[in-house]
Amino acid sequence: MKKSSWWEFGIERAVQLAGVSAIVFVILILLFLIRESVPGFADVSPGELLGERWYPTEGRYGLLPLIAGSLLVVLGAAVMALPLGLATAIFVAEVSPRWAREVLKPLIEVLAGIPSVVLGFIGMLVLAPSVRILTGAPTGLTAFTGSLLLALMALPTIVSVAEDAIDAVPKSYRDGALALGATRWQTTWRVVLPAARSGILTAMMLGIGRAIGETMTVMMVTGNAARIPKRIGDLFYPVRTMTATIAAEMGEVAQASTHYHVLFVIGISLFLISFLINLAAAIVVFRQARRSERVLS
Amino acid sequence: MTRYLSQTVARIAKTILLLLLLPLITSCLPANSGRATAGAKPIQNIGSDTLVNVALAWAEEYNRQHPDIQISVTGGGSGTGLAALINGTAKIANASRQIKPEERAAGEANGISPVEYVVARDAIAIVVHPGNPVDQLTIAQLSDIYRGEITNWREVGGENRPIVLLSRETNSGTHVYFLETVIRQNQKDSTALFSPDTLLLPSSEGISAEVRQNPNALGYDGLGYVTPDQKVLAVSLGPEGPYVLPTIQTVNDLSYPIARDLYMYTSGQPTGLVADYLSWILGPEAQTIVANLGFVPLQ
Repeated sequence: MKKSSWWEFGIERAVQLAGVSAIVFVILILLFLIRESVPGFADVSPGELLGERWYPTEGRYGLLPLIAGSLLVVLGAAVMALPLGLATAIFVAEVSPRWAREVLKPLIEVLAGIPSVVLGFIGMLVLAPSVRILTGAPTGLTAFTGSLLLALMALPTIVSVAEDAIDAVPKSYRDGALALGATRWQTTWRVVLPAARSGILTAMMLGIGRAIGETMTVMMVTGNAARIPKRIGDLFYPVRTMTATIAAEMGEVAQASTHYHVLFVIGISLFLISFLINLAAAIVVFRQARRSERVLS
Repeated sequence: MTRYLSQTVARIAKTILLLLLLPLITSCLPANSGRATAGAKPIQNIGSDTLVNVALAWAEEYNRQHPDIQISVTGGGSGTGLAALINGTAKIANASRQIKPEERAAGEANGISPVEYVVARDAIAIVVHPGNPVDQLTIAQLSDIYRGEITNWREVGGENRPIVLLSRETNSGTHVYFLETVIRQNQKDSTALFSPDTLLLPSSEGISAEVRQNPNALGYDGLGYVTPDQKVLAVSLGPEGPYVLPTIQTVNDLSYPIARDLYMYTSGQPTGLVADYLSWILGPEAQTIVANLGFVPLQ
């Protein structure tokens, strides 16, 4: 008896430690980012940081092209991946027969296992030339090419998590809706999806999170030209993303130089952007959860 | 073809492959298995992507002749190599540019004084798609194009097509050299920059892949990285010519205008193994390897 309680005590502490350590790591990363980026804010004035030219080896530290580039690529990827991912999840969970689900889902998840450098290489050699020929853009290394590949990389996450959420909706919901005379589509759209929305939203956030943090693929196919996209047509021109900039330049900089600290400013901006996206998603889910609790009680 | 393949592989997977395979391969060699403990720590040789294939070939040949000496070669760019030398993680840094005063100062502050050796010469080739009718450009035209003043091939005697500018990343020694020699035309007070529309590609393979398939593309890279499926342009200092194609001969007689020295830096005056290795590199055998890889050997 005593032995087993000791055992339990140990397990409890281990689980506690694991849980706390995740939070501690995030806080440590944030502290490190702040420590390394503060000299960047001191060396470069806010006006310069919001400039339109990124050419760090000549002391031009305008972040606008990088932020705009990242947002454009991620937005493009989201527009492609979210509807497609949701539709695929609905198909796999609600439409296809059970045996097809057992085949389709692992196949889609295999897509997540392809290393990003491989996708980037395929993108560079196969996708980029096709994009140039099909769209008539001067080069195939464009924001659009990056969006396409990011959408492909975000899809498995979105499909897999959203499908689990839809599949977890109790069968009685569907039976009830069908018994009330709803069609299958009405059941899916009006009953099952709203019931699974917090899981679906999580799926979308995870997918977008994967897209915004992706580096290697983006660096290989977006051309890395630090120009500011101004029109929607600029989707078919090269951009330079924040992640690609950090990856391409961090190896070169002398430690503690202005350039080094400004790269951490980019890092903390990226951190803030992901944080805001996650926060927005959490607020939406939280609000909806409270509303449904009210309805149920 | 095999040369091209080996280059591609070396560039894409050089870090991973080397880190994973070198210990594996070398541990398989019977000569090392028994007495690998004493002098087995490899000489770290890090730096310029331009030099990485030459440095690899040197290291392999030297290791074949002296199986007990291992040299581990990694690319990453001249800045990366010199940073590693300054940090003390590399014994030899490869660079395609001279060390900057601030890098030397950082080294001195760390107790390391870099010593410079010219180990080979290199020319920067201007490359276009094989179907591009343009054969030659002046340095001034190249400068205008890369600053974004000229944006259509029509303006330099080509077809009515937009020009897509390709460049190596800013951490590449080739990038800095091109900026100073071509875009700024060697004027020290010039502040001209690459056009913001310039595509900065992280590897030579990125440039050759785009030049091969895109008739709008204009790129530059080390002569050693130019593959037969790219068209090399003749370059002249002024509009009256002469226009010169980069070859081993034109680089050696200084008639090709965009050529430079390639360097190795050691931490302090080299002694022992490192000194032996460097004197071998400067000798005729190693310089033949330079020529075989498309670079220009020392006279």
